[in-house]
Amino acid sequence: MWSLILKRIGIGLITVVAVSLIIFIGTKILPGDAAQIRLGQNATPENVAAFRERLGLDQPLYIQYLSWLWDFVRGDLGHSLASDVPITNLIADRYLNTVYVSVLTAAIGVPVSLALGIMAAMFPGSLYDRVLTFVSVSLVAAPEFFTATLLVLIFVFSLGIGNAVVVGSAEGKGLFQLIAHFALPIATLSFVIASQLIRMSRAAVLNVMSSPYIEMAILKGVPRRRIILRHALLNAIGPIVNVVALNLAYLVTGVIVVEVYFGYPGLATLIVQGVQTRDFILIQGLGMIFCLTYVILMLIADIAAFASNPRLRHPK
Amino acid sequence: MSSTPAAQDHFVAPFSADVSFDELPDAPPTQRYRPTIVGWIGITITAFWVIVAVFGPWLAPYAENDLPFPDAYEEFQVPQAGAWLGTDVEDRDVLSRIMFGAGRTLGISFAATLLAYFTGVVLGIGAAISGPKVDMTLSRVNDAFLSLPTIMLGLVVVAAVGSSIPVLILTAGLIYATVVFRLARAIGMEIMVSDFVEAAKVRGEGRWWIITREIWPNARMPLITDFGLRLIYVILFISSLSFLGLGVQPPQADWGSMVRENLGALQYGDSIFAIVAPALAIATLTVSINLIVDDVSAHGGGKLAKRM
Repeated sequence: MWSLILKRIGIGLITVVAVSLIIFIGTKILPGDAAQIRLGQNATPENVAAFRERLGLDQPLYIQYLSWLWDFVRGDLGHSLASDVPITNLIADRYLNTVYVSVLTAAIGVPVSLALGIMAAMFPGSLYDRVLTFVSVSLVAAPEFFTATLLVLIFVFSLGIGNAVVVGSAEGKGLFQLIAHFALPIATLSFVIASQLIRMSRAAVLNVMSSPYIEMAILKGVPRRRIILRHALLNAIGPIVNVVALNLAYLVTGVIVVEVYFGYPGLATLIVQGVQTRDFILIQGLGMIFCLTYVILMLIADIAAFASNPRLRHPK
Repeated sequence: MSSTPAAQDHFVAPFSADVSFDELPDAPPTQRYRPTIVGWIGITITAFWVIVAVFGPWLAPYAENDLPFPDAYEEFQVPQAGAWLGTDVEDRDVLSRIMFGAGRTLGISFAATLLAYFTGVVLGIGAAISGPKVDMTLSRVNDAFLSLPTIMLGLVVVAAVGSSIPVLILTAGLIYATVVFRLARAIGMEIMVSDFVEAAKVRGEGRWWIITREIWPNARMPLITDFGLRLIYVILFISSLSFLGLGVQPPQADWGSMVRENLGALQYGDSIFAIVAPALAIATLTVSINLIVDDVSAHGGGKLAKRM
């Protein structure tokens, strides 16, 4: 089991290296180089050359890559091309907003949707189950900004609660104030992951429910509630944890759209700005952070999947 | 794999449709898909949007960037005669822009999905029937791309080469080819080790014959269902990029960028039709495609799905 986990982590590390290569090369094929972009069209060739030297752009490509990677590992993301501010400073101002929204979404959205999904599996075919399935099938394919618009229409325009944009700073707020502050972004993301989670957790439990040992339990006369909670759920945990991790990884992308929609500053809006101003040092650094988070969550998903399944742990 | 002499004895061109081999079993009976009511709802809405996408520019009451009320310039006007869905941030007709945007959103997404399928299926089936070396190389490269959030890949590409419609199609197509590759490879692998392919190999059939006559008919159904799903993801991906301002560029209309352009309406709040209409358009399109996909795959005989 441990060797399997170590092997998976090894693959994860290789993935990270591959990811860093993709990001590095991707931002290297820019027409024109960083120095030219930073100094503008009117810069003298001498200035550009001097700046290139400062950025290390005169070095061979593999040296540039290695020193960039080493700097990243040490936590030095370089200076923004657009504003010449250290990127770590830019991030420090904004990362809390992104972290708050993702963590609160995970803390609220995940348990609620799992409970809803498992309840649907307890009463398959009931009215509750059908309504829930219909809603989640509808929402699973809808874009985040549709869900956001729907929520704004309902809460802000019909009920007159709250604000359609997130205004003000989250600094110095308690837990409940934070939830209130980010209510609409959190709700939007929760709806999006809920539609996935409800379907998958329901399917996972129902899938276990059709196995012979459950049939045995039914024949033995074990009450249905007990079968689900004690027999089925334990074996459905693996797939469920897997789906949860995958959905948290999805939050990495979902949060980008939500930040732009509700117009508050965060890491996601920062990277979008970076793309618009072609600030590729910023894109490199933030891209790595986003991708690392994503890779780590995927890793957890994989490990959870085989940690919970003895048959995967001891492959024949 | 080369054909053995025995196979060449009764060699027939693989493309002629009326070929029949007495000694070969008939193709498995093809099941006809009969949509349920939910399926019909999905088909109707999807068909509606396809018609709008194709004929939109001729049916639209105004040109893409025309003002319905040039004399009374005011942003975010409420729906009224002459502008049935109101006007947007630059006082253009929302309805007309939806109709122009339909073709662009659907066209780009469809082209990208086709590209993803072409690339993914060719490479995936190729990896399945080639030796382990080719398979390993292709799979590892594919896994590296698959382990990145799609939107990040999109952002890096757009930052590097700028955004235009061909770039969007290529980017989305290649990004989603990775998923198709995995599916096509898995299906191909499964079929490759099945008895009927074994039988065909022993019979001495050529590689092309095996692909077109043995693998494809069996891989067709799962791939077609997945095509619908992939189309949904591509539409969402393209719309999200446009929504972030990195997809289709103004003044061209596209549903995702329409939502973005009009975000200001949220603050003023007099008429947010300019946001609701394009967002609703995307949602109805993707949800209705999803309804069809669900319906087709439920029909495909999942026992669990029937009980659900």
